[in-house]
Amino acid sequence: MTEDDLDRNRRHFLTVATVATGAVGAGMVAIPFISSLKPSARAQALGAPVQVPLGSMQPGEMVRVLWRGRLVFVLRRTKEMLASLPTVVGELRDPNSDVVEQQPDYARNATRSLKPEYLIVEGSCTHLGCAPLEDFEVRPAEGWGGGFFCPCHGSKFDLAGRVFKGVPAPTNLRVPPHRFVRDDLVLIGQDSGAA
Amino acid sequence: MARIEAEVGKPQGGLIKWIDDRFPLTSTLKYHVTEYYAAKSFNWWFVFGVLAMVVLVIQLLTGIFLTMNYKPAAAEAFASVEYIMRDVEWGWLIRYMHSTGASFFFIVVYLHMFRAMLYGSYKKPRELIWLIGMMIFFVLMAEGFAGYLLPWGQMSYWGAQVIISLFGAIPVVGDALVEIIRGDYAISDITLNRFFALHVIVLPLALIGLIFVHIVALHEVGSNNPDGIDIKKHKDENGKPLDGVAFHPYHTSKDLVGIIVFLMIFSAVVFFAPDMGGMFLEHANFEPANMTATPAHIAPVWYYTPYYAILRAVPDKLWGFILFAMAVVLPVFLPWLDRCRVRSIRYRGWMYKTALTVFVITFVTLGWLGLQAATPTYVMLARVFSVLYFAFFLLMPFYTAMDKTKPEPDRVVYHG
Repeated sequence: MTEDDLDRNRRHFLTVATVATGAVGAGMVAIPFISSLKPSARAQALGAPVQVPLGSMQPGEMVRVLWRGRLVFVLRRTKEMLASLPTVVGELRDPNSDVVEQQPDYARNATRSLKPEYLIVEGSCTHLGCAPLEDFEVRPAEGWGGGFFCPCHGSKFDLAGRVFKGVPAPTNLRVPPHRFVRDDLVLIGQDSGAA
Repeated sequence: MARIEAEVGKPQGGLIKWIDDRFPLTSTLKYHVTEYYAAKSFNWWFVFGVLAMVVLVIQLLTGIFLTMNYKPAAAEAFASVEYIMRDVEWGWLIRYMHSTGASFFFIVVYLHMFRAMLYGSYKKPRELIWLIGMMIFFVLMAEGFAGYLLPWGQMSYWGAQVIISLFGAIPVVGDALVEIIRGDYAISDITLNRFFALHVIVLPLALIGLIFVHIVALHEVGSNNPDGIDIKKHKDENGKPLDGVAFHPYHTSKDLVGIIVFLMIFSAVVFFAPDMGGMFLEHANFEPANMTATPAHIAPVWYYTPYYAILRAVPDKLWGFILFAMAVVLPVFLPWLDRCRVRSIRYRGWMYKTALTVFVITFVTLGWLGLQAATPTYVMLARVFSVLYFAFFLLMPFYTAMDKTKPEPDRVVYHG
C-alpha cells in the first residue's frame, strides 16, 4: 500500500472512535472505584439517630453526644441565656438564620430550636471543624454575653450557635435534624417517622 | 537480535557482557554515574539532592518495618504505636527514625529548593526539573499529612479535621469532596484505613516515580553550578566538559562526607531529642484521639506552619483556602516569574539579593507564627508577612527585569 492509497479520513475516524470508546470505558470503570470511596453501608448504618434523655439536665447544663461520629451539643438554656439572645443580634453575621443549609426549617427562629429551652447544635466550627469550647460566663467588660469559642482560629458563636461578625467561621453552627420523642427525650438525627 | 546472533560461539566478555547484550547495564551506568559530568565547583548547597535520596531510603526502610506491627484501625492504632515503642525490640528506634526522618525530609527538601533559588537552577533549560520537583514537594506534603493521622493521637485527629475541612471551602463540590476523602460523615476508622493505603502505597509509589523522572530530566540537561553557567561550552578533545568531573567517583566521594555529617546530626536528634521539644512530635499527640474535645492549642507540624499562618491570617473561609493554596502553588511559576538574564545570585544585583533575603526572613517568621496561638498581634503580624510572601513572587517579573547584573564568567570560579 502506498501513501496514496491511504484513506486518511477513515484512519482518523477509526482513531477517534477507538479513543472515544476507550475513554467511555475507562470512565465507566472509574465509577465503582470512586463510589467505593463514599461512606459505606456500614458507615451509613452507624449514622443512626441517637436518643438523649433530658430528664436529669439542669438549666445551664450542656451534654456532648456523638451522632454519625460528629459531636453534638445539647444545652439546656437558662432564662437569662434566652433573654440575652435578642441583645446580640446587631453583632451577628446571620441573626435570622438565612443560610438555610445550617438548620432544618423548624429551627429557623429566634432561638434556633424546637423548644426554646434546648439548644441542639453540632459542635463543629463552620470554619475548619474544630470543636468549639463552651464559654457561658458573662463578662460585660469584654462585651461577652456567653456562647461558644473555637480555640483553633478564634471564631465566636452566641448561645443560639449564631456566628459573630469578624471571625473566620462563615456561618452559624449547624442544627442537626432532631425531634422530641417525649418532653424529656430528644432524638438526634431524625425528624420524622417512628423512633 | 542480530547482535546476539553474531556473538554466539564467542566465549568472551563474561557476565557483564552477557547482560549488556540483553540489557543496557554498562551504558546506563556510564550515562548516569561514571560519565555524568557535573561542575567541579560545587559547594555544599549542592549536597541536598543526594541527602533527600538518603532520607527517602531511611523512610522507605523504617516505614516497611513499621507496617509489620502497626494496625490501621481506629480502635487499635494508638495502642499499636505504643506497642511498637515499648514491646517490639528496637521498635522505638525504628519509629523515631521514621518520625525524625519526616522532619528531616522537609529540612533537606526546603534547603534543596532554596539552592535552586540561590543559583537559578529552575531557569531555562531546567524548568521541567523544577516542575517535577514541585510535584514531588506536593506529594511529600500529602505523604506527611496522611502519615500524621496514623498514630491516631489528638493532634492527628484534629489536624486532619482542620485540613480536610479546608476542602469544604471549595464552592459547590466541597462538601461531596470532603465526604469522599473521609469516606464517612466524620473522620473515622474508615478515614484512617484509607490514609494508611495512601501513606504506604499510593503516595510512595508516586514519589519514587516522580524522583525517577526528576533525575532523568536532570541528567538530560546537566546539573547547574554555583556560577549558573553552562559547563558544556568548553569541552576537551574527548567531549568531556573541562569544568566538570564525573559523578562517580568524584562527586560521590564528596557527597559521602555530606552524608556522614548528615547522619551524625540525624542520629543526635533520634537519640537525644526525637520530639524536638514538641516540634517534630507534638505533645498533644501522646494522647489518643478524642472526638469530643479539640486540644486548646492546635498547630500543624512545623513544615506546614508557614502556609498555615497565611490561612489563619485571612478572616474568611473561602479566601483563606484560596490564599493558602496559592502560597503552596506559586513557587511552581518561578521559572517564568524570574526575568533575570543570569542564573546565579553571584551575578545578580541588589534587588534580587534583597528580595530573597526578605523572603527567607518572611518564610521563617511565618513558620514561627503558625506555631503560636492566634492572638490579635500575631494575626496582624501574619498578615504583614503574608503580603511580603506574595509580593516576592508577584513582583518578581518587575524587580528581576530591572535588576542590574554583573557579567557572568566564561569558566567556573572557586570563590564566592
